[in-house]
Amino acid sequence: MSKDMMRAFELYQPDSVEGAVDLLGRFGADGWAMAGGNDTLDWFKDRVKYAGSVVDLSGVEALRGIRETADGVEIGAMTTLTEIEASPLIQERFSVLADSARRVASPQIRNTGTIGGNVAQDTRCWYYRYGVDCYRAGGNSCYADTPQGQNREHCLWGADRCIAVTPSDTAPALVVLDARMVIVNGDGEREVPAEEFFIGPEIDIERMTVLEPGDLLTAIRIPNDWAGAQFYFEKVADRNTWDFPLVNIASAMFVEGGAVSRIRMAAGAVECVPRRLSVVEEIVTGSAPDEETAALAGQAAVRGATPFNYNHFKIPLLENLVKRAIRDS
Amino acid sequence: MAYALLGKDFTPPDVRAKVTGGAKYAEDFRAEGMAFCKLLLSPAPHARVTNVDLSAVLEMEGVLGILQASELRAPPPPVEPALTDEPLFVGQPILAVAAESETVASDALDSIRYDLEPLPFTVDPLEALYPGGPSARQDGNAAVVNYGNTVVETRHWTAQDFAAAGDGQLPTGEPNMEWSYGDVDQALADAALVLDESFVTAGLSHHSMEPRTTMAYWENGKCHLHGSVQSQSFSMPILAGMLGIPQEDIVFVSEYCGGGFGSKAVPFPSMAIPVNLSRKIGRPVMMRLTRHEEYYLGLARTGMQGRIRLGFSAEGRVTAADLFLIQENGPHAGFPNLTGAAAGVSAMYQPESMRFRGVGVFTNTPPRMAQRGPGYNEMSAAIEPLIDKAARELDLDRLAIRMINAPGDGATVGPQRIPLTSAFMPEALTMAAEQFNWEERRALSGQRSGSKVTGVGVGLAYHPAGNNGFDGLVRLTPQGKLHIHTGVGNLGTYSHSATSRVAAEVLKCDWADCIIERGDSRRHLPHNQGQFGSNTSFTMSRTNYVAAMDAVAKLKEIAAMDLGGSPEDYDIGGHRVFARDDESKFLTYPDAAARAIELGGKFSGEEAPEDINPTTQMAVAGLAGTGLIGVARDNIELNGQPAAHVAGCAMVELDLETGHVEVVDYAGAVDCGTVVHPMSLATQTKGGAVMGIGMARYERHIYDRQNGLPGTIGFHQAKPPSYLDVPAEMQTGAVDMPDPENPVGIKGVGEPVMGAALAAVLNAISDAMGGHVFNRTPVTPDMIVNALAGREQSHGPLDVNTA
Repeated sequence: MSKDMMRAFELYQPDSVEGAVDLLGRFGADGWAMAGGNDTLDWFKDRVKYAGSVVDLSGVEALRGIRETADGVEIGAMTTLTEIEASPLIQERFSVLADSARRVASPQIRNTGTIGGNVAQDTRCWYYRYGVDCYRAGGNSCYADTPQGQNREHCLWGADRCIAVTPSDTAPALVVLDARMVIVNGDGEREVPAEEFFIGPEIDIERMTVLEPGDLLTAIRIPNDWAGAQFYFEKVADRNTWDFPLVNIASAMFVEGGAVSRIRMAAGAVECVPRRLSVVEEIVTGSAPDEETAALAGQAAVRGATPFNYNHFKIPLLENLVKRAIRDS
Repeated sequence: MAYALLGKDFTPPDVRAKVTGGAKYAEDFRAEGMAFCKLLLSPAPHARVTNVDLSAVLEMEGVLGILQASELRAPPPPVEPALTDEPLFVGQPILAVAAESETVASDALDSIRYDLEPLPFTVDPLEALYPGGPSARQDGNAAVVNYGNTVVETRHWTAQDFAAAGDGQLPTGEPNMEWSYGDVDQALADAALVLDESFVTAGLSHHSMEPRTTMAYWENGKCHLHGSVQSQSFSMPILAGMLGIPQEDIVFVSEYCGGGFGSKAVPFPSMAIPVNLSRKIGRPVMMRLTRHEEYYLGLARTGMQGRIRLGFSAEGRVTAADLFLIQENGPHAGFPNLTGAAAGVSAMYQPESMRFRGVGVFTNTPPRMAQRGPGYNEMSAAIEPLIDKAARELDLDRLAIRMINAPGDGATVGPQRIPLTSAFMPEALTMAAEQFNWEERRALSGQRSGSKVTGVGVGLAYHPAGNNGFDGLVRLTPQGKLHIHTGVGNLGTYSHSATSRVAAEVLKCDWADCIIERGDSRRHLPHNQGQFGSNTSFTMSRTNYVAAMDAVAKLKEIAAMDLGGSPEDYDIGGHRVFARDDESKFLTYPDAAARAIELGGKFSGEEAPEDINPTTQMAVAGLAGTGLIGVARDNIELNGQPAAHVAGCAMVELDLETGHVEVVDYAGAVDCGTVVHPMSLATQTKGGAVMGIGMARYERHIYDRQNGLPGTIGFHQAKPPSYLDVPAEMQTGAVDMPDPENPVGIKGVGEPVMGAALAAVLNAISDAMGGHVFNRTPVTPDMIVNALAGREQSHGPLDVNTA
């Protein structure tokens, strides 16, 4: 119950990726990689989560910046959301990512918040953040999934003991762009497709991503496959700033000869992971992106949605956002 | 009337300190050897604390002492105690630990072991009223809510009461307070239109920017207190009573208060903790509440479940208002929003007949206190949309129906139908409509642009705006300065300075030669009303007026004594008192002040009027012999109830596919009597609108009913509006008609500026949705999406503390 007062911890400030990986490997489960600190310090101040050894990544220059590569763009994990939204390269080639970054939280938070932190952040279920002993916190119940649970922000799909959702605005954009997440640990480097980077409670109820103790997300690589597509991003939230999405949507679409030739679409805040809307992609491909197609796509997108007491509004909301992504992009 | 100072912009002396960071709030003070304390807060909504094991704590390095409930005077129930062994809400303090640092104190709290025996709890007033329903307190479930005198009772309605209510309508069992005038039943029977609607307005937090801090230490038998309280002198006797310390032994410093909105109107229970810990450990103790704790202990607006039957004539006149309110009162004494609400309805619509019935119900949620327009603004939110609904059903213009009912000449308030001292709501309405360009904007109503639709709305609000009977104190010194001693406090509105200018105006002093004494009880401050209730402008312009008039009389007396003739032969001007027929016969103010010191007696404060308050007596005694003292009780007659009126117009763009609402324009016009400080008034009007937009669209308490856990314990969850959620530009205006019961025509207006915007925005949303009325605050995107998709809302129509 004691909030807003951090417990003491050891702070490590490496200046290289190797140094950071070494520290994280050494500390294992007692280590904590801190990027912008927006999620980390919330947990620490609330005294809900604690790590004895915090590895502050802000001094690792190699983790910063946006670079053009042979087949796309590489974004260092410590690149701030402000840098991404302002990057001419991202705006020109992958504007859906710039647009999603621009809708994260508030200008102040975007100035310190990083792309790596935004995708690796923990869920925002208020019960879990409050510090209750729920499944995700290692306990044996879900407080949101009860007859009277306050679950306005919770999921429509993928409930598996936990019904929390992904809070990230950039995650659906990265799924749509088929981005590759670069993970380094003591064993070396590996690339994981964005769609597989995020994991649901059925895989591990205490994690939101594939990152395990000792792992460091160093960069995000975006291939040129979707460069220059017709993009769409929209986030619906209570306020125009700071709030996490009630639902967000990202899509990339190529139209040839009046018909959709290729499309990828993903929605956030409706499932524990960004929800790839494959059925929409299938229905829409080959059709004109008109009102009729958009309406069909919207209906398809929400099939099978299973709402809880307070979140059935997400069904018409998602339906409408899918429509808009087809119709207005 | 033309004034030299009133009605002109000026820079209040504390602005520079605020914008440069020089202003010292309670937590900016330090005292030698100062320790910190932290609170053990209840994790349970209602429980008995037993088997407290402090052994591990007392051995911790850096821990200096512990304070438990048994060591404090227990206030009479249901007044909130500072510490308790039977917490009545999540976050209520159980004990306090003093330590060398906050980190040590927090770690110490983690090592305390104790047991909690769960007791019944509720976050739902209707459940508490149902037969056999849970009771938030062991001594009763319901409250007769009176400020300072709330009575606990047990009250359950019958199952028949609930069954009789009908679908979605509020049951109306036996109330515990009621009043009426006229024949409401007959008027409803005769009405051309009757609306019978139930509604909910959410309880919500104050979220003051400055979480409250108290720092206390003892020196030479006196308790020195640095606090975050809106009110200065008014706090003194309350502190004395609460702490059990004679008032003369308390030094209270509260020069700056980082927002209170009513929640810091008077000293609050937790202030007793560092005072007593400091006495116990013999060191100064600072207690800084954190943001989370502010959401537990920072008090909150009551929630309302209500039902109103409104009768209208075919012309739109409100012939009957039959109001029933259930007030969610938190677990303690609370605040009588419901009586304010009833008075507000009677004032705002001047119904020809009215009945009010109400009941307060305890819930295991944070303690309640006034929040800007307590009760009054809830009625703007609940009733104004129904006025629009009536206009639609009677085919009347929305401005016209308000104009028919608006309080103007001859307006009254409450069951005694007390006359309002002045009422210019029609003029405010006209001004707001003109500023907003209502006629043109109305044509945009319902206009589509893609998925967006435009809505326009108008809203009204009322609040009492002044008191009388307090004291004023000024001092002219031989150095040529006018010291204006004001005990009003510093809520942040600068009205301490604005009202002080009345004394300067009366004494015809240059503002540069005036010094405002405030913020520290050692500065000899008079008994003033607290800074709350939109009263400061009216009340303290009167006190400063009478004090200055007393100084003028004494100046003339001294001049007559020294220069011959009688006091009536003299006038003042240019910092001189001079003979009317021969201006070469004069005394300068510094000379007169020096003479006052020589003369002693009443002139220099050696004697004081008998009718002034003991606080002012002490202040005068402290100043005796330092200058010419002007001091008086405000005995000016007061006929009627001073009242403030505000009208606002808002335009929104609502996205029919996402439920997103953008408030694109707002104009607010006020009836606050003579405008004393135009820039401050404009800021108040806009700031109030921001708060109104927050209550209309975002802010509410959310509770998990099964566990009694609060879901809104931070800025992020409680959702005050950001600057991106309000119009970039807002227009403001003032009727500027003097109030006859104030010597310079001033009335207050701080509270209804919120209510008018709240109602205007709700009505604009409703207008954009073709007249759909939610009967609920806040109106959130999910509610709009559900309504537009033809889906049922997730919450029941009468649910509270829920999404």
